[in-house]
Amino acid sequence: MEYIIEMLGITKMFPGVIANDNITLQLRKGEIHALLGENGAGKSTLMSVLFGLYRPDQGAIRLNGQEVQIKDPNDANRLGIGMVHQHFKLVHNFTVIENIVLGIESTRHGFLSMDKAKKKVMELSDRYNLKVDPEALISDITVGMQQRVEILKMLYRDNEILIFDEPTAVLTPQEIEDLMEIMRGLTKEGKSILFITHKLKEIMAVADRCTVLRKGKYVGTAEVAAVTKEDLSEMMVGRKVSFAVEKKSFQPEKDVFEVRNLTVKSRHNQKNAVRNVSFKVRRNEILCIAGIDGNGQSELVYALTGLQPVVSGQLIMNGQDITKASIRQRNAGGIGHIPEDRHKHGLILDYSLAENLVLKNYYTEDFQHRGFIQFDAMYDYANRLIQEFDIRSGQGPYTPARSMSGGNQQKAILAREIDGNPDVLIAVQPTRGLDVGAIEYIHKQLVDQRDAGKAVLLVSLELDEVMNLSDRILVIFEGEMVAELNPEETTIQELGLYMAGSKRGKVQ
Amino acid sequence: MMPKWIGKSDLLSEKNLVSLTSSISAILVGMLFGLVILLISNPAQALGGFKTILFGGFTGGAKGIGQVLYFATPIIMTGLSVGFAFKTGLFNIGASGQFIVGAYAAVLVGVHWTSLPPVLHWIAALLAAGIAGGLWALLPGILKAYANVHEVIATIMMNYIGMYSVNYLVTRTVYDQLRNQSMTPVAVLPKWGMDQLFPRSSVNGGFYIAVLMVILIHILINKTTFGYELKACGFNRDASQYAGINAKRNIMLSMVIAGVLAGIGAGLLFLAGSGKHIEVVDILAVEGFNGIPVALLGMSSPIGILFAGLFIAYVTQGGFYLQLSNFVPEVIDIIIAAIIYFSAFSLIFKNVIGRWIRGRKEQ
Repeated sequence: MEYIIEMLGITKMFPGVIANDNITLQLRKGEIHALLGENGAGKSTLMSVLFGLYRPDQGAIRLNGQEVQIKDPNDANRLGIGMVHQHFKLVHNFTVIENIVLGIESTRHGFLSMDKAKKKVMELSDRYNLKVDPEALISDITVGMQQRVEILKMLYRDNEILIFDEPTAVLTPQEIEDLMEIMRGLTKEGKSILFITHKLKEIMAVADRCTVLRKGKYVGTAEVAAVTKEDLSEMMVGRKVSFAVEKKSFQPEKDVFEVRNLTVKSRHNQKNAVRNVSFKVRRNEILCIAGIDGNGQSELVYALTGLQPVVSGQLIMNGQDITKASIRQRNAGGIGHIPEDRHKHGLILDYSLAENLVLKNYYTEDFQHRGFIQFDAMYDYANRLIQEFDIRSGQGPYTPARSMSGGNQQKAILAREIDGNPDVLIAVQPTRGLDVGAIEYIHKQLVDQRDAGKAVLLVSLELDEVMNLSDRILVIFEGEMVAELNPEETTIQELGLYMAGSKRGKVQ
Repeated sequence: MMPKWIGKSDLLSEKNLVSLTSSISAILVGMLFGLVILLISNPAQALGGFKTILFGGFTGGAKGIGQVLYFATPIIMTGLSVGFAFKTGLFNIGASGQFIVGAYAAVLVGVHWTSLPPVLHWIAALLAAGIAGGLWALLPGILKAYANVHEVIATIMMNYIGMYSVNYLVTRTVYDQLRNQSMTPVAVLPKWGMDQLFPRSSVNGGFYIAVLMVILIHILINKTTFGYELKACGFNRDASQYAGINAKRNIMLSMVIAGVLAGIGAGLLFLAGSGKHIEVVDILAVEGFNGIPVALLGMSSPIGILFAGLFIAYVTQGGFYLQLSNFVPEVIDIIIAAIIYFSAFSLIFKNVIGRWIRGRKEQ
């Protein structure tokens, strides 16, 4: 079969690092080709080379067998290469159609003429089943819609080779399904897709072939149909990874945390996002709140941790009413919180790792004397946590949090929250956007906490995570608990039905 | 690796070295630009004039240096005000209003509270200046914390309210009708030996107080838990809240401290006994705005602001003597402004130099 794009022996060095070491990637016409690797494996660099953002130090790029030079993204575009970046490049106060034509607007006598453009966009939208409202503002549409706009941008420019950089990281399970359908449709029409990801499930579901990178080196290319998830993860990580989480069995008894008839306002509108919810979390158990994103999980967690006031209801911690307690009182009183958005809530990116590790206890006698920070104690403590939790960073405790990888940022948060020795640990999507190795580590830590007698409240959108980790599952739908399930007696399909709201069960 | 007792704030760390070299490069480019303007406006005198700017601060020997310190004192304080607020994530454009309100309080107390012994009198007047400045900044702080009104808007408004209120109050309480300005305060800052070091200049103990404030703010920002909290709120309000820090309180405190600094700056100027008065004119206090380039050039670091304030005072003083070489005052103002303007580009230089050093290191 012919290759539409060949990247042969690409080497790209940065001062001190070889980001790409003699990498070969061959994309067939009409296939979905996954590019798999852990964070920092060199996927982004390789794609930047293809997209003209970097010039390779060695190696050649061939398009349909002809060697080409790609000096900047404009060259890439001219050669029919388009890219959907992980963080969308859209103008938020422009409409969908304005964003699509941006940069190649059709004009008449110097004035914009949108009619033709609109017609072409509508045709493309029909042909590839990419439904969008061309007159809607970007700021008003969902992330999934925004991604469709990005795809339409590529199609509008008649790109033949489409690069998707971690396209599913921001999507809900349903949106991911839709996206996969769209990708299959695109290849049917003859487009070729490069799909960057570290989610094995998605590769198994949609990709034809898969090229694996590890630490800047080429590991191999596999026919997806001929390999298993385990094979791929071993290629990616370089060792066997266990997906099954090993857990001891416990008979959880003692209630640590109780929520009574809780109602919380939405952050987006005047409605209540959480409605009359009651549940208990016990020692030695992982209670999982499963649900599709936006069904009130965020507000529930904000109310539990004090980031948002409650409308009505009670929160009881170790027998005490903490409904009105301040965030600091809750933190000190035994609530640990791994937040949903680690950049917004979890870390102060401009602070060093050490400063972030003491974010919740800098004011205690350990790190403070008469109002002065005890730097010795702070750095000693940071070094201990770095060792214990294997947090990797360029300059140890002095590393700015901003420059750390996502996995290590999450490890830092995890270290801080676990070392705070909470009675109940609230973990919200703790593995979002992380690679397999980091996910495995974080799952293990959560189970260890449970085994150590802590109560763990896990809020997750990943069905696999829910099924593997939890001892008990509560399903949340439109702000209400619609089912209480035992993971050993239920299936992913059943769970999915409850999450989608098409089935309701009993909640104690 | 650095020994661990060196916090990242300490003077010789690489970060500060980058800041220093970038500030200096910015100044050099600014100087060069000033030279170009000199060449355009008066080619014959350009080189001589440039020399005057470069060494003008020393004209008159010790007296010249004394004058530089005198001019530097208030802008170090307003620079500190802007820089401190900036470190905590707030853009204090209101140093001018806080300054003039502080000036009025200092003059009011300095003129009328004559029953106090002289030693206490200047202290009382200076404290009044600080308190007035702090209160003037409190309102924007409250608006920001509770209603999320952007502090830039609020402080700009407070500048005008402050200016007109002070004009009105001066005419009602401490008015010298002959000169259309405030009366001369009885309270005067002590000299603390400055008059012997720099005879015939206007400098006084106020400069020591400014330096002391620089050191205090440096310690506050970099060594205390309070500074840790303030900076945390500035960098990321959501995460600070998550950590249990009272972000609202800190925003207000941060504004108040910034206002106090600007107010004290005014006190130090108007209590200097150098013939400076509040003139009843509709012009915002320029010392407040000069605090912005001082803070930018000093990279918002207190120590940097001290030197930036000295530098800008030095250049201003040099420009003053340019009049001797047949330059019209307007051109002088343009040149000074150009130098200050370019100096504010130090942030760009910082990025360039930072990247260069990192590149070298990695090789």
